Amino acid sequence: MLDHDLIQRTLSTALRTGGELAEIFVEDKASSNAIFDDGKVENLSSGRDRGAGIRVIVGDTTGFAHTADLSPTGLAEAAEAAGAAARSGGGGVVEVALTRQDAPRPNAIAVLPEDVAKATKVDLLRRADATARGAGSAITQVTARYGDSRRRILIANSDGLLTEDDQVRTLFTVMAVASGDTGMQTGYQSLGRTVGFELFDSYDVDDIAREAAERALLKLAARPAPSGTLPVVIGPGGGGVLFHEACGHGLEADLVAKGASVFAGRVGERVADPRITLVDDGTMAEEWGAFAVDDEGSLAQRNVLIEDGILTDYMYDLLRSRKEGRSRSGNGRRQSYKHLPMVRMTNTYVLAGPDEPDDIIAGTPDGVYVAHLGGGQVNTATGDFVFGMTEAYLIEGGKITEPIREGNLIGNGPAVLASIDAVGHDFAMGSPGMCGKDGQGVPVGDGVPTLRVPALTVGGTA
Amino acid sequence: MGAANPELLDVAARIAEMAGPGEQVEAFVARSTSTSVKAYGGEVESLTQASTAGVGVRVIVDHREGFAYAGTLDEGVVLEALAEARDNATFGEPDDFNGLATPDGVEVADLDLWPEHLADVPTADKVAMALELEQATLGRDPRVTGVRVAMFSDSLGEGAVATSTGIRSWGRAGMSYLMVQALAHHEGETQIEAGLSVGREVTDLSIDEAAGDAVLRATRLLGSTKPSTQRLTLVLEPRMAATILSIVGGMVNGEAVLKGRSPFADRVGEQVASPLLTFVDDPTDPRSLGAEAHDGEGLACRRNELVSDGVLQGFLHNTYTGRRSGTASTGSAQRGIASTPGVGAGALAVAPGAGTHEEVLGTVDHGLFVTSMAGLHSGVNPVSGDFSVGVEGLMIKGGQLAEPIREATIASTLQRLLLDISHVGADLEWLPDGSGGVTLVIPDIALSGA
Repeated sequence: MLDHDLIQRTLSTALRTGGELAEIFVEDKASSNAIFDDGKVENLSSGRDRGAGIRVIVGDTTGFAHTADLSPTGLAEAAEAAGAAARSGGGGVVEVALTRQDAPRPNAIAVLPEDVAKATKVDLLRRADATARGAGSAITQVTARYGDSRRRILIANSDGLLTEDDQVRTLFTVMAVASGDTGMQTGYQSLGRTVGFELFDSYDVDDIAREAAERALLKLAARPAPSGTLPVVIGPGGGGVLFHEACGHGLEADLVAKGASVFAGRVGERVADPRITLVDDGTMAEEWGAFAVDDEGSLAQRNVLIEDGILTDYMYDLLRSRKEGRSRSGNGRRQSYKHLPMVRMTNTYVLAGPDEPDDIIAGTPDGVYVAHLGGGQVNTATGDFVFGMTEAYLIEGGKITEPIREGNLIGNGPAVLASIDAVGHDFAMGSPGMCGKDGQGVPVGDGVPTLRVPALTVGGTA
Repeated sequence: MGAANPELLDVAARIAEMAGPGEQVEAFVARSTSTSVKAYGGEVESLTQASTAGVGVRVIVDHREGFAYAGTLDEGVVLEALAEARDNATFGEPDDFNGLATPDGVEVADLDLWPEHLADVPTADKVAMALELEQATLGRDPRVTGVRVAMFSDSLGEGAVATSTGIRSWGRAGMSYLMVQALAHHEGETQIEAGLSVGREVTDLSIDEAAGDAVLRATRLLGSTKPSTQRLTLVLEPRMAATILSIVGGMVNGEAVLKGRSPFADRVGEQVASPLLTFVDDPTDPRSLGAEAHDGEGLACRRNELVSDGVLQGFLHNTYTGRRSGTASTGSAQRGIASTPGVGAGALAVAPGAGTHEEVLGTVDHGLFVTSMAGLHSGVNPVSGDFSVGVEGLMIKGGQLAEPIREATIASTLQRLLLDISHVGADLEWLPDGSGGVTLVIPDIALSGA
């Protein structure tokens, strides 16, 4: 992506006024999106973002500059700006010797998005629209989106690291609106994998469309969600966001170090039932949060965060691992070359447990069954989190009965984690997610088996 | 960045003038520079200097639309974007209402949004402000044990729109802000809350305001407990009221209305809110940080009254939704480099009612003063209006603020919330996102807790 000599010169320039580490992150991202809305192809768009971010670290200070100008002059200016920002007074001539490191990809890409005709992409949307509208006469509106991106990155630093990655992601989403006597309801379903257009060899867009439409239709007849504290059973694949919010963010070492996590100082302690093992795994083939190297050049890793209920480790980026004198965990990520990396999750999931899913439901006299959770949010300092139910049902007499309308669930991460009292053997990965932290979004995956939280606050109106 | 020399407009015009016969071309060109300083532990944690530029190109041929963007003004890449947009247009479906904006004669407001002095402030002064903000926050209350981050940030930007249909617009604006997240600690409990000070020039900023805001917000939640499930009166502070209003802004969006995704479609002229409520989107109000002279399609921004005394007046439109609705653009096209113009409010604000914040609180016997809401993106559905969010705040007893609460939710529908408003305060506060809120009172709300 960038000439070897130019990389070396840029790193040397960045360190000219001193500094312990200089890094260049080069990104070239091409994306395309197509929207089918209101019964027609509304818009096709293509985008190209290309540039470099350069950072210089001196002690506890990071200087950072980015530029869309990848010429020798543009890079030199950015390198000088980053170096000046972290000026330490020392300096001199720094020789950087780079060693290229090849990183194993989680999976091969069979069909690059740029090799697929736009008409073929549009046809998928047209089919999804027809299928969703065919699911019932109450479906009054459908929006289908296709998106792909190819993100090529190069990372080099003055420790001699030089590595590259080529990340291809494909996303397909459908939102349906159903209208009836009770007003309008929406249903949403999405499919996203770190693969090329071969995604559609394994998955059928008709299924995505049908699921979105059925979710909207179901809610037309739904009762208001109950309010108050109730047992909540979460279905397989539908609730990984619970762990992402309830404890994932609290296990990010940057937040831990600043005392902004309820999990600070708790490594080695029991934080959950022995049936709970929580993993963050950037190596999972094809999953939405997978990659070969993170955005600081560390290899993707599988990290066990909670093992048999015991907190085993936090997640690390380059800065925190340098500070604490330990190895990185492959969790240094950034939204683009315009952003500084920080500790981020990849694919976060709970391993299957020993319990029979049907028994978990049957053993819950009254409560809520959540088949699908929407987005969530956590305050890492208190551990309090919320997340939305996008498909949920009442459990009455140990049986799943009527659908209920949307509402938020709220709880406290450590308390909820410690209270989970059933873990099914039916693990499944969930929907692709976009995780936001300090204004940066990165793609993440999650997964869970069926599990039960004995008491969560359900924010309904009934 | 040159003074009043819109070189960027020339760049946009050159692209627009490449339109072939029967083709409409629009170029939106933008450029910005920004600085961000983060302080932590008495040191500069990071200092970021950035400049970005880019162009979005829209092409319409035979009523088919295509779009492409590039995150650079590099000539070769820009021409590539134009070619991509042309190619994309061949896959769009013909729509008679597709078409670029044309000059509509509405006078452009004379707004001064450019901080003359900001560009000349030395980086060292910005660093000093971030460091001072951290110290000011730490020294303010013994329960404040740390700061997660103290930040100074500024940006200067300019944008131009040119079309082959005669639009030529250019504008520039800048702002700066201070933000600090304070950690308060008491008996094993930690609270983290942010404080802000926002303005155009650095001299508009107040370290005291940002530090005081963060410390007050973090410390007043210490000792909070989960309340019992009950019905009570909700008092929304101005920034919470503005947050809810911004979601309502999405329901008066002409695009949502046309596509059957707004519960307010077909309700113009009807009572959709309490007679106490009037709200307006007026990007020409210079008090708003969202103020702009031109919208995303280069038309003049203007004052749009959306709800008057609770009665729905109309919707916001861009050129497409205006044409398709049989009316015209309201100058409400919103966009970034990477997208075609959508529809949105730039400076949505509630018309002030009566009473200071304290006077409004004094009228409430049993209620909750809401200071933060969580889960808005997952728990509020602007299509159905279903509303369920996590809340933190202080209970109100006999008109006085009482104990803090957390881990509770409130639920209703947006339609119900608007109709039930029983008091609109006079304490208009302009927020960083450009919106303006006042204290609002809504009785008889379901609070779920223990």
